[in-house]
Amino acid sequence: MAEAANHSPLPRPVVATVAFVSGFCIMTVEMLGARIMAPYFGGSVSVWGSIITVFMLALALGYLVGGRLSMRNPNALVFASFYVSAALFSLPIILFADQIMRPIFLTVEDIRYGALLASIVMFSVPTTLLGMISPYSVRLLVESEEHSGQMAGLLFFVSTIGSAAGTLGTSFYFVLWWELNLILWGAVSALLIAAAIILLAGYQRGSLYLPMRGHES
Amino acid sequence: MNPRILAPMLLLALAAPVAADVIHEERSLYRDITVEQNGPRRCLIFNVHRGDRNQTCIDLNEPERLVFSYTRMSFAGLLLTPEPESILIAGLGGGSIPMTFGDLFPEARIDVIEIDPAVVSVAREFFLFEESENMRVHVNDARVFIKRAVLAGRQYDYIMLDAFTGDYIPEHLLTREFLEEVKQILSPGGVLVANTFSTSRLYDHESVTYQRVWNEFYNFKLPTSGNRIIITRSGALPPRGDLGGVARRLAERLDPYGVPLLEYPARMSTRVDWDMSRRVLTDQYSPGNLLRD
Repeated sequence: MAEAANHSPLPRPVVATVAFVSGFCIMTVEMLGARIMAPYFGGSVSVWGSIITVFMLALALGYLVGGRLSMRNPNALVFASFYVSAALFSLPIILFADQIMRPIFLTVEDIRYGALLASIVMFSVPTTLLGMISPYSVRLLVESEEHSGQMAGLLFFVSTIGSAAGTLGTSFYFVLWWELNLILWGAVSALLIAAAIILLAGYQRGSLYLPMRGHES
Repeated sequence: MNPRILAPMLLLALAAPVAADVIHEERSLYRDITVEQNGPRRCLIFNVHRGDRNQTCIDLNEPERLVFSYTRMSFAGLLLTPEPESILIAGLGGGSIPMTFGDLFPEARIDVIEIDPAVVSVAREFFLFEESENMRVHVNDARVFIKRAVLAGRQYDYIMLDAFTGDYIPEHLLTREFLEEVKQILSPGGVLVANTFSTSRLYDHESVTYQRVWNEFYNFKLPTSGNRIIITRSGALPPRGDLGGVARRLAERLDPYGVPLLEYPARMSTRVDWDMSRRVLTDQYSPGNLLRD
């Protein structure tokens, strides 16, 4: 049993925890998206529509890319880099939201396409990076064909529970307690802490760049 | 049955109002819209299933008379700016406020902003609302319309904010940044009239926010209405003593609409009756829908 556990570069509870964090952060940013955009694009249904569209497309792309990346030597270092880069690419939402939205508001007359373009610029890159986490984390835990479905199920479960918690926490409480940017800084910090946990746990397992022993070897 | 229970029940049954007929129902992107008719009175109701109050009513026998207290109160801004040449109204409802303005000031340019196209067609079809050469409805979000007006350098003498259905509060229309944009499109000497919440924590937050942007405003409340109207203008407020004279000059013109303008100055106050320690609402912090209870 101990031998089998060593196949994976990261312990199962660690992967589950950081999957929860990524699900949480995706929905926190998505819920705040409408508030970030309202001063320029209003509160119409099309603003929500453009945010949800961009998040869905970015996640879809992330799943594809993350799955592809998981095929070659899945390891803790690459996994942690998804979290770090998602955190870094979320910073423009905090630091440059006005600088991004103002020129779009000025040049795009139709508010629907303005909102869509602003969502793409602000949210597509960090969301794609967060989407890459899901398939990659499945690969990190899967040791044999027969329980691949079970691992995928476990990770979808925790990350979706994380998304539910992020949605509820943000819309019920965080916006009542804190300013938008403070909540976003919280999400960025959570992603960086998740990366630190991954690196620490990977280091304890032996190597951050440990090649995974396939079950056929 | 116990007669002590029966008697009040009978009374209740006798006192029950005649049921109104629903003459139109539709579900728009933003809300459920119901039009009810009870005798000559026709009412527009948003989200009837959640027990919302009537949004607008008209009396078909006297369509020019304003049925609701808060609708009448919207004209108190005339005490500060008696002859507006350009008017902006955010929130159409049944259209009785813009129609009254159009009647009173046929030469004035009137822009009405309404986010929900379904409300515009219901106002036209059931509430005698008509656009004219000088009065236009813009289907848009008020924040977006006003930002574009700032860019175009357009200004208005009378701005009326009435975009709150009582059900969902557009939080981006409560913030300091929004009010600063409104201030930029208010002409020198122009007046801002905002229909706001009179109960809940939101009263304090809104008051603090308006105070931050405008320093001073008239707080206008009537015992017959659950609404609180904020009235202010660019520059200093006129002393309340001056309002009575304006009211006497205008009273007759407003009489056909049922606006008791003479009673209003005594109800307008600059006294602070809110908790000044509440947070200002900003684009960063505006949880209006969570502050309403």
